[in-house]
Amino acid sequence: MLERILKEQRRELLQQWTAQLAQVATGGRISGEELEAQAAELLKYLDEALQTGSADDINQPAWNPARGFLEDLSRKRVLAGFSSDETATFLFSLKRPLFGALRAAAGKDADKLADEIWKATALLDKLGLYTVKAFQRTREEVIGRQQQELLELSTPVVRLWDGILALPLIGTLDSARTQVVMESLLQRLVDDEAQVAIIDITGVPTVDTLVAQHLMKAATAIRLMGAECIISGIRPQIAQTIVHLGVDLGGVTTKATIADALSTALRMTGRTISK
Amino acid sequence: MDRIPILRMGEFLLVTIQVDMQDRLAMRLQDDLTEMVQRHRSRGVLIDISGLDMVDSFIGRMLSDISGISRILGAESVVVGMRPAVAITLVELGLNLPGVATALNVERGIELLRKRIDTGMSRANSDPG
Amino acid sequence: MPLRSEHDIVLARQAVRRTAQDVGLSLVDQTKIVTAASELARNALIHGGGGQMLLSVLRGDTRVGVQISFIDQGPGIPNMELAMSDGWTSGGGLGMGLPGARRLVNEFDIKSAPGTGTQITVVRWK
Repeated sequence: MLERILKEQRRELLQQWTAQLAQVATGGRISGEELEAQAAELLKYLDEALQTGSADDINQPAWNPARGFLEDLSRKRVLAGFSSDETATFLFSLKRPLFGALRAAAGKDADKLADEIWKATALLDKLGLYTVKAFQRTREEVIGRQQQELLELSTPVVRLWDGILALPLIGTLDSARTQVVMESLLQRLVDDEAQVAIIDITGVPTVDTLVAQHLMKAATAIRLMGAECIISGIRPQIAQTIVHLGVDLGGVTTKATIADALSTALRMTGRTISK
Repeated sequence: MDRIPILRMGEFLLVTIQVDMQDRLAMRLQDDLTEMVQRHRSRGVLIDISGLDMVDSFIGRMLSDISGISRILGAESVVVGMRPAVAITLVELGLNLPGVATALNVERGIELLRKRIDTGMSRANSDPG
Repeated sequence: MPLRSEHDIVLARQAVRRTAQDVGLSLVDQTKIVTAASELARNALIHGGGGQMLLSVLRGDTRVGVQISFIDQGPGIPNMELAMSDGWTSGGGLGMGLPGARRLVNEFDIKSAPGTGTQITVVRWK
């Protein structure tokens, strides 16, 4: 019955579904025409899928176009700033017109109607869940990409002098960030043929054992590359913490301010400063 | 390839490692270098690893050993051209290569060798014992 | 793929590198998993008397990763705690093999018993 309705009453279904969709506010993120086009497309895919596949299993190959369409739809909704329930509502609002059509077709046969409605609702729920899952996946991709972009933005390597680079760190330092920071700093060392890298931690609020370890790792990697490392911006409080934690900063030059670090770096590279 | 070529540049030796080495090849390089340092009375050894896309504990050990052996034979050694990803991985692996001198590239490596040899000589000259 | 000779270690590294590239791991993450594979392949060859490596791509709902298993039928590891500690070596190496490799991957699973061999599975997620 479901199959026949999708085949023969598609136009009526679309009309009623579009009317349903029009009642939901979209805040101008999508036009009525676009919504209608998407609804029409999905109805077409549902019809096609039900002709060769079964409504019980939407993972069958027959459902490939329908699933592909829903994934694409979720992606567009994510990028347009819709929420996951708004996206699912698009699909669920087909229930009312569809159930109405089923009732008209079943006539007085209540058992038959119950069966058909159950079948239709199970199918739409499955497709709805699939859509929400695709929506979440896309959103996580977007978040991951933004995090990556943020990481790169937050690690500016600046050239203080010929052969002297500085990396002013701001915010917390976890292992993922350390890796990105180190990678960009080490690459700049190669590109600039720099001899000294100054890591300034004035903007790092807390230094615990883990942060200290990350700093030591960065310093070691810099040495392995063949450059010198100076850590600057060590406030008295942080110096105390480092000593209390028993962290060994052995072999790494540390300075209170970036100015001290620069003057040390200039000396390291064989320059003298005179007034 | 069954051995890595060693280039002689005056008082220095230059080794450029460009292949993904089998362990045996690494051992052989170590032997060949030791022999060359002794035969030519080389003052310095440059090992260019810019062609290596990974350094594991075996190669790390080889680099440490070459540096140690060279020192005993009276030569300085410098490892040059380590790639950023390799350096980060080595540190995570726990290999800090203590005692191995490093430089960004071959030119810098030669500068460093000269400096180390000069200071080594001045130290030896001023040593009354 | 088999781990029967030193040359197999080189082939193993290359295979892991290709897979890590296909999956889209960053350059540093590629280097980490290749280095870990090199350590573990050499372990299987030297301590396990040879074995095999299984390389596969893991696809989760939201992430993708490289999974590698190293299986040998060697003498096994009698003292796991000791083998996993930094600096301990049963011969030859710098004692960084197992604990070092573990730091280079996101997941590390080891099964070993004296006489039955060792199976190590590691995963690096993108």
